[in-house]
Parts: sequence; structure tokens; C-alpha cells
Amino acid sequence: MLSLKGVVIEQDGFRLRADVAINSSRRVAVLGPSGAGKSTLLAAIGGYLPITHGDILWHGDSIVKLRPNQRPVSNVFQDNNLFPHMTALQNVGLGINPNLRLSAADEDRVLRALGAVGLSGMEARLPAALSGGQQSRVALARLLVQEKPLVLLDEPFSALGPAMRVEMADLARDVGARIGATVMMVSHDIKDVERFAQDVVWVEDCLCHGPRALDDFLKAPPAGFTTYVGD
Amino acid sequence: MASRVLAINPWPGLIVAGLVTFFSLGTLAAVALRADAFGALDSFDVAAVRFTVVQAFWSAVLSVALAIPVARALARRSFWGRRALITLLGAPFILPVIVAILGLTAVFGRNGIVAYGLTLAGLEPISIYGFHGVLLAHVFFNLPLATRLLIHGWGSVPAEQFRLAASLDFSWRDVFLHIEWPMLRNLVPGLLVIIFLICTTSFAVALTFGGGPKATTVELAIYQAFKFDFDIGKAALLAGVQFAICGAAALASLWLSVPQAAMGGQDRAVQRFDKGRVMSKIIDSAWITFATLFLAVPLLAIVMQGAPYILSLPTSVWSSALRSLVTALGSAGLTIVFAVSLALVALRWRWLEGLGMLSVAASPLVMGTGLFIMVFPFVDPARIALLITALVNAVMSLPFVLRSIGPAVRACEDRFGPLSDSLGVTGWARVRLVILPRIRAPLGFSAGLAAALSMGDLGVVTLFARPDGATLPLQIYRLMGAYRMEQAMGAALLLLVLSLALFYLFDRGGRGRAKS
Repeated sequence: MLSLKGVVIEQDGFRLRADVAINSSRRVAVLGPSGAGKSTLLAAIGGYLPITHGDILWHGDSIVKLRPNQRPVSNVFQDNNLFPHMTALQNVGLGINPNLRLSAADEDRVLRALGAVGLSGMEARLPAALSGGQQSRVALARLLVQEKPLVLLDEPFSALGPAMRVEMADLARDVGARIGATVMMVSHDIKDVERFAQDVVWVEDCLCHGPRALDDFLKAPPAGFTTYVGD
Repeated sequence: MASRVLAINPWPGLIVAGLVTFFSLGTLAAVALRADAFGALDSFDVAAVRFTVVQAFWSAVLSVALAIPVARALARRSFWGRRALITLLGAPFILPVIVAILGLTAVFGRNGIVAYGLTLAGLEPISIYGFHGVLLAHVFFNLPLATRLLIHGWGSVPAEQFRLAASLDFSWRDVFLHIEWPMLRNLVPGLLVIIFLICTTSFAVALTFGGGPKATTVELAIYQAFKFDFDIGKAALLAGVQFAICGAAALASLWLSVPQAAMGGQDRAVQRFDKGRVMSKIIDSAWITFATLFLAVPLLAIVMQGAPYILSLPTSVWSSALRSLVTALGSAGLTIVFAVSLALVALRWRWLEGLGMLSVAASPLVMGTGLFIMVFPFVDPARIALLITALVNAVMSLPFVLRSIGPAVRACEDRFGPLSDSLGVTGWARVRLVILPRIRAPLGFSAGLAAALSMGDLGVVTLFARPDGATLPLQIYRLMGAYRMEQAMGAALLLLVLSLALFYLFDRGGRGRAKS
């Protein structure tokens, strides 16, 4: 279980408060108007932004003092998820060993992960030789080998077209299920969310609300949500 | 992002920062401490100070004054060979000074082309030595630099301004007053200071074209005090004076907006509507021709006059070439290690990168003198002459190299820092797997620059080297002194080829197989 207790994040005069508990292995959409602090929330959990008050706990243990790679967290960011000078295999392999010294067994795991996201035979390609969707698949394959119990997706597919985004949301769901991870995804598209999420965390007016079950949330959404989606 | 900057061990960077500070300031202190008595500046020294400032002032003014019309012509005309000419404008930066000196002598010297023309016209040939020669050489080196920066200035003027000028029917005077003058007013002061600074520390020019009571710079006076009189007190005093002059100019350059794109790209011609007039066409062509001839003819002279002798050069020249190559490669390696370490530690403490820039104000002669004093009790300085040369050259190259590596490292960390952190790619793995591959191009360029600068350096090595331990530039200087001009020309051509080849190979290696 991930719990944020009395967390306050301050950045350039902006202040976000969060008191949220998320059960293990849930798929959670983080929704809210632009600039409400969705990405800020994920950055704090991931270890990229210091929190000024409160505590972040994973299964009861505080993780705020840990560096990003020491946290039980793996990420897909909005962009720059792949190193352009490394092949798909190397990019995924970093998830096993950041030194990139991979044993035969490690390589095997990487190849299986790439196969699982539908990229068999593309391991030697550089990102430039892959389509946008395929690049997202590489990033998702890395989540598979990292096997971290908490996956943070910060608008990971915003650069893709609508059909591809739906496909990726499905794939992200599968990836989360395979490693039994809790997955939190920031998204702007309610279609992605409906396919992907079980719960919703709503961020508005510098405050994190929730989580609530998706159905419940859609039946009785907060006022800001109706404005945000525009019916 | 407190956690991010912890990703790389700061110690190598801190050690380099200390080393560089020691070379720039510590050597000065060593010289000052060793000086028995400071004494006062005698009239000869005062003359040296005055000459240094006066020649640097006029060199800067002349370079910029000539660069303005040349840059304007290049900025608004497109013609066949424009790119080649702009590339040629970048060449003097990595051109060994001694090569340019020989080229200029071949053109403007007593037996040169210009003297021949003057004699035909019944005039006395002018002397290339003294004030004229120093000015000539400095304009040769800095006119191209100023031109490139000013072309960039013209390129930065929004195209709409020239369109507006055309629709408002501006005369050339109006265009100058309303568009060009504001741009120039911004750039020119910084440009003048930079060139002034370069000209106060150009030892090799003063060594070859200067000399005597009327044309001795402070650096040349340090060299003479040290080499001929072994008067450390005098050398120390002069070193302090030199540092004060450079420091003042360097501070001024920090204060003024100094144009940054020193090695900028191939700017395209600015589209303009006032270039149809016949008169302006003639004037632009004249300036472009002048600049081309002024730069190309001395270099061509080296090629033409050196080529017949290059294969029959004595062994001493070849062995000095080998010595220079080793020194240049070592210096390039040191420069890269220094620059990358400093750029990495500057991610955390930005001001440390400023220490790498200190050597802008330091003089290699002062460094050399200080190091000589420090190592003298322990080893024969001549035995480690090449090591010291490589080190001093590396420290001197740092300001230029950091300008290209620093921003590249910062950009890489901005872009890939979060991903690297999330994957735990830290420490040496971060440097090896992420940063070095991402900064390949600036790395190659920097290594090429450092190698070429060291290859052509005729500074600190003059203090240390034994007769049988000369580098190629020093060997050429000695051949010139012995009036063996054919061999000097041949060796200069060899040096020119080696310097350009080093730069080209490194720069190419950085860009060639670069993965996007």
C-alpha cells in the first residue's frame, strides 16, 4: 500500500497537499485540470521533488529519504524515456543492470520482455528506427524487467494518436498485471482512463482527492470534472 | 532536485578545479614569493607596458573596423564559395602563430610580394618588424574572428526589419542608423575587449615581430628577464603587471555583453532588399576580395614556398614534429578530462566552471615561470618540458573548450537526468553510458581544438626546452633565426598540415559515427 500522509509539496510558489492511500495492485488514474499538480504528485512519489511536510510510505516504510532508483518505483515519463544512442535491447537492459553489463540470462529476459510487448526481432534497433508507438513499447518492456511494485506513468502516450493511445493503455494494463504492480497514470483522455483505471485520484485546487472507484467517480464526478471534460 | 546532482562523484571535478586554480593563480604566487626584491619598473618596462596596451588597443580597433564592412558584405551576399570563405574565417583560430608569421613575412616582408610591388612603383618597402608587424599579425588573426561574430550579429537581426526597411524606402543611411547601428552598438564593445585581451597575451607574435625597446610586450619582457637575465624578481613583477592588464580586460569582458557564438555555424545570407544598387555591389565585392586575399595569400605562400622542401627536411625537424604530436595528443586528452570533470561538478556548483575560465586572464609565460621555479629544486625542468607544455596548453584551452562542453553536459542532464536517476545509472556508468555518448560532437570538436592549439603553441616551451628537445613551432622559430628560410617554410607547411589534420580528424571522429 502506498500512503501519502499530510504531504505538502512546494515548487516555485505552487503548493500541493495530498492525503491519499492507494491499495496494492490497483490501477489508478490521476486526473485533473492542467497545472493542477498531477505531474508534481508523481514527481514527489518518484523522488524527483522533495516534499516539505508529511511522509510517503510504501507498505508502512517511509521512502522519502531514498533516491529515485532506490524507491520501489519505475517510471515512464512524458518524453525522453529512451536513450537515443542505445538499441532497444540496451534501453531495456538498463532496467536490469544500470552498468549495462548483461549476462546471457539477462539478455534472454530482455528479449522475452520485448517479445511480450510485441517487439520480437527489433532488439537491435535504435529508437530513431522505431515508430512512436514502438518506442512506447520499449519503455513498457523495461517496466517488465525492472519488476518494481509501483509503476508511475506521467502522460506516457500523449504524443501518440487516439487509436494508438488506447492500444497502449491496454498494454500498460497488461504490463501492470504481469508484474502485479500498482500503476498510477496521469492522463488527459477520459477514453484511456475508462479502459485502464479501476480508481481515480482527482487533483484540483492544490489538493489531491480520492481515490474513488472509477464507476463511482463517473456517476458523481466533482464539479471541476464536468467543467474539465466539458460533458 | 537535490538527489539528481548527487549522481556523479564530485571529487574529480573538485581536484581539477583546484589544479586549474593553482595553474592560473598559484603559479603567479610562486613567482611573487620567489622574487627577492620587487624593485621598480625601469623605463624599459614602462615602455613595454605602454607598447602592450597600445598595440592591443590598435589591433582591436583595426580588426573590428575592418571586420564591419567585411561581415556586412558576407552577411548580405550569396555567392559561389561563400561557405568555403566562412570556413576559412574559422581557420586562424587553430592556425599555429608561427605559420601565420612566416606566411605574412612571405607576403609583406622585405622580399615579399608587397615589397616587390612597392619597389616597382618606386616606393620604399615597409618593414614588417616592430609595431607594424605586430599589428599586421594581430589583425590577420582577429579580423576573421570579429567577422564571424559580426556575421552572426547580422544574422540575428529579424528578417522583418529588413522587409520593413524596404517597404519604408530606407536609404542605406537609414538602414544603418535604425537597424545595423543598434546591433553593432551591442556587439562591438565586447568584441573590442576580447580582441584586446587576446592581443595582450599573444607571446609568439611579439617574440617574432616585436623586440627592442620600441616593440617589446610585457610577456616578451618576462621571457627576456627570465631567459637571458634570470632575474626572477623582475619576471615576477612583470608577471604581476601582465596579470593586472589581463584581469582588467577579462573583468571588462564579463561586464560587457560578449558575443558567444565564436565557433558558430554557417550562417545563411540575410535576405535584403538594398543590395541591388551597383555601388553597393562594387563595395561589397571589394571588401570580400580584400578579406579573401588577406587571409588566403599568406597561407598559399606557405604552401607554395614550403612544398618543395617538405620532403627534404632535416631529421631534427621530423623528430620535433613527433615531439609536438605527442604533446598535442597528451594535451588534448588532458583538456578533455579537465573539461568534462569541471562541467560535471559545475552541475552542482555552477561557479566552479568559472574557475576553468580563469586562464583567460593568466599568461602562459607566467605559468611557465612559476612552474619552473617550483620544479627547479627537484628535477631539471628541461626533462619535463613537454609534460609542462601539455599541461599549460590544456589549462589555456579550457575556456574555449568549456564553452562547448559545459552547455552540452547541462543539456544532456536536463534531458536524460530523470531517466538515468530512475534507472540508477549513476557514477561512472552515467558518464560512460549516457553523458559521453551524448556529447560526442562537442567532445570531438574540443579535442581537435585543444590538439591544434597545443600543436601550434610557441609559448611556455620556449622557457623550458633544451636545444635538442624543441617542438616543431620552436624548431621553426630557430630555423628562422638562423635565416634558413626554405627549411622554415617547409617545416611551417608540415606544421600547418599536422595542425589542421589533428583538428579535422578529432572533429570528424566526434560527428562521424554519432548516433542520433
